[in-house]
Amino acid sequence: MEKNQSTNLLFEISRSQRRAHRVEAVDVPEIPLEAMFPPEALAKGPLDLPELAELDIVRHFTNLSTKNMAIDSNFYPLGSCTMKYNPKRHERIVSFPGFAAIHPHAPDGNSQGILELLFGMQEILGEISGLPAVSLQPAAGAQGELTALLVAAAYFKHKKDRLTQVLVPDSAHGTNPASAALAGFEAVTVKSRADGLVDLLDLRSKVDNKTAVFMITNPNTLGLFDYQIAEITEIIHGVNGLVYLDGANMNAILGITRPGDFGADMMHFNVHKTFTGPHGAGGPGSGPIAVRDFLAPFLPSPMVVRTPTGYGLCSDRPQSIGRVHGFLGNIGVLVRGFAYICTLGGRGLREVSEQAVLNANYLLSLVKETLEVPKGELCMHEFVASARLSRREKRISAMDICKGLLDYGYHAPTVYFPMVVPEALMMEPTETESKETLEGFALAIKKIMSETAETLHHAPYTLGISRPDEVAAAKTPILRWRPPVHESGA
Amino acid sequence: MSYVVNTKAEQKEMLEAIGVPHVEQLFDQVPFSLRFQGDLSVPGPFSEQELTRKMSRMASANQSTEDLVCFLGGGAYDHFIPAAVDALSMRSEFYTAYTPYQAEASQGSLQAFFEFQTLICQLTGMDVANASLYDGASAAAEAVLMAMSVTGRNGKVVLAETVNPATRQVIATLLANLGPRIEVIPCPGGFLNPAEADLALDDSTSCLVVQNPNVLGGLEEMADLCQKAQKKGVLLIVSVDPVSLGILTKPGDYGADIVVAEGQGLGNPLAFGGPYLGLLACREKFVRKIPGRLVGQTQDRNGKHCFVLTLQTREQHIRREKATSNICTNQGLYALRTAIHLSLLGPTGLRETAYSCTQKAHYLANKLLETGLVHLDPDRPFFKEFTVKLEASLARRWSTNEILDRMSAHGFLAGFPTGRWLVGKGDCLTIAVTEKRTKEEMDRFVEVFSQIA
Repeated sequence: MEKNQSTNLLFEISRSQRRAHRVEAVDVPEIPLEAMFPPEALAKGPLDLPELAELDIVRHFTNLSTKNMAIDSNFYPLGSCTMKYNPKRHERIVSFPGFAAIHPHAPDGNSQGILELLFGMQEILGEISGLPAVSLQPAAGAQGELTALLVAAAYFKHKKDRLTQVLVPDSAHGTNPASAALAGFEAVTVKSRADGLVDLLDLRSKVDNKTAVFMITNPNTLGLFDYQIAEITEIIHGVNGLVYLDGANMNAILGITRPGDFGADMMHFNVHKTFTGPHGAGGPGSGPIAVRDFLAPFLPSPMVVRTPTGYGLCSDRPQSIGRVHGFLGNIGVLVRGFAYICTLGGRGLREVSEQAVLNANYLLSLVKETLEVPKGELCMHEFVASARLSRREKRISAMDICKGLLDYGYHAPTVYFPMVVPEALMMEPTETESKETLEGFALAIKKIMSETAETLHHAPYTLGISRPDEVAAAKTPILRWRPPVHESGA
Repeated sequence: MSYVVNTKAEQKEMLEAIGVPHVEQLFDQVPFSLRFQGDLSVPGPFSEQELTRKMSRMASANQSTEDLVCFLGGGAYDHFIPAAVDALSMRSEFYTAYTPYQAEASQGSLQAFFEFQTLICQLTGMDVANASLYDGASAAAEAVLMAMSVTGRNGKVVLAETVNPATRQVIATLLANLGPRIEVIPCPGGFLNPAEADLALDDSTSCLVVQNPNVLGGLEEMADLCQKAQKKGVLLIVSVDPVSLGILTKPGDYGADIVVAEGQGLGNPLAFGGPYLGLLACREKFVRKIPGRLVGQTQDRNGKHCFVLTLQTREQHIRREKATSNICTNQGLYALRTAIHLSLLGPTGLRETAYSCTQKAHYLANKLLETGLVHLDPDRPFFKEFTVKLEASLARRWSTNEILDRMSAHGFLAGFPTGRWLVGKGDCLTIAVTEKRTKEEMDRFVEVFSQIA
């Protein structure tokens, strides 16, 4: 059934003088605005916002919601995004007024509960990473990377070392080189071997007295744990550089191995991935960083500290890089992460990784029957299949497979990433999916591969729209609604 | 406790299918010498009942705006949130979805973001807006990067002292290794004097950053500042209180180049400072320099209107180190909440909200002045937040922190100690009044304040 009834744009269903929310009448003596403000400060007329009744709005957004796939309705195996179940209990907890309705500038004495929680979260992330000093401020993984690189830059400046380069493997997420550039470093690409691990020869040839930081994602974006990690960190530490771990794939190694123990000096967590903050169709995330003690003085300010009289915020940190957030970070996401970790406990966290890796390997064993998986006998929490052969032999590309999957009610895997695998399909099932879900998904891929290229080129068929013209969207961008121009004699 | 679905028997079947005897063998890639031994030392495991009880206790150890009457602002405000904002944004089809990479399976969120972008343009009077950034402070910092890129000027960035210091600090952190000098123009009068701004701007200046209403609550002389900036080819970035635009002139009308804002006040809970969302809107000609996600309208193969993430060639996953920014998300759920909130208010509701805030703020300010214990500092037109200086006799008896503590004991979050942020303002309090406050609460505030003093 087509549901166009209530999904025309808000602006198209607007009707002059319709109202939803009405503000309580002003209960104090009123002063004319003209007496409070100079004429140029006052708006010339009413805003152009749409005018709608409450039911108009409720129906509009309710109907819009039905046009999304989401974890609660669909298997969502987006590689590197860790789309695990978001427990309902977290949503109730963050809505307690003692979490939702507390002001960030309230005196510390009014906020002891949340400060205790945040201090606890710093300790927990220190324990999981093996890196004891933690800042909760970064609002997303990318901001965490940037923050850590700024910390590294401040540390080197303090030591009076002029190190200018950040090395990034070619399989890394695009935020790595972008963050390096913003932190004032030159990004240098390091090659991956055919099996997706760091090419040590290439790494050695690029490491020298300009090397500040090596950024590594481990397990990497192909879902493989780089067993050379101890050697890699030795090489970097040998030139007094720092090793940064992109923690996007922590779901594979909780309680199995700790970044601090395998030689990383700094890392970020993606709390919204590993510790299941709802992704919210693109945010909010939370990207706290953990670093070694010698880097602690450079972490952002303020920090949550424990004092003899309770918990407080400390801003007296002269070597700090300063603030990266207007307040203290995405607290609501951290509260959910804290609740999740406390629900599972230490052993439960390890079980998360064991089952995430088991699910991924089981799915790998099923998908391998249909698609080539170039770099893996066994994988960690995710793997990358390739549609290279089907593209060449049957004209069925990775994108065609994705669109076909949508018609089977599955969200597509991450496509065309990492770039080191042609026609890549990156699949991460997470620990919260059932055996039969994985089997159903693998069977769908099998059925799709038996369809004709012609059929698939026009998929999806069942979602209300077919493939959008992205080229036209970028060529002549329409980024907002504008009122139609009426041709009239006036 | 865990959220694992498969039973032991199913796990065994899966291991057999993989051809591995035990789950431990799946981790053979991780060298044994690097393995963590034992269990991580973290709290738990807790049942849902235990967890809920423990976290409810932690929440109760905070005093919320339900316990204390909130006159505190400083960038985060206690505005009313209609129930429909929570009800609609809690639909899990919205909040458990990922970034809308697969457009066909994400039209709900994509359309909501397109509507959000339009609403922000309508609110600010600007041509284009992105789908939101982390928060107001990071939006200001991204706007500065954008201005450097648009103007090609790398010499200096000029900020008014009356810009929220947290925002100024985030800008300074981000620019630390990128070259430009940051010049902060002192504002002893509590506002940015356009003549002094003019002196600070030169042909190496990429932008002038102003906040309106400013950190003390007062209005800046926006039209004059815009003109002065424009004359020198400097982009004017203004950080606004979006609620104020219900009654105050839109930045597009006075000639701002880039508008940023903390969007919290538009339907988002205080939540101890986050998640919030940053708003960023600008002129059409800067569109390819905008940081962050953008949603565009296009057509599908059957000519049907639909929405996609667009202009992605600006972004890090394509451009890597040459990207316009390293940001790869928006604050999707909060952009949705903001869109719902603005729809519920509409032009009349937003005007009523702003009108109510400013009337009540002026009522409280006048009542406080009548006590003779404080005076306005600066004495400038203000919207919903204003700064008062304690009279010398009062300041000798009590520090602002002591006053705030005592007001808190009487049930009030009485304001912000201005001296924490600005030199020379040690005897000042910045007080915010939203439409939620009542005459009774304000009369009681003045009564308690007089008693304490």
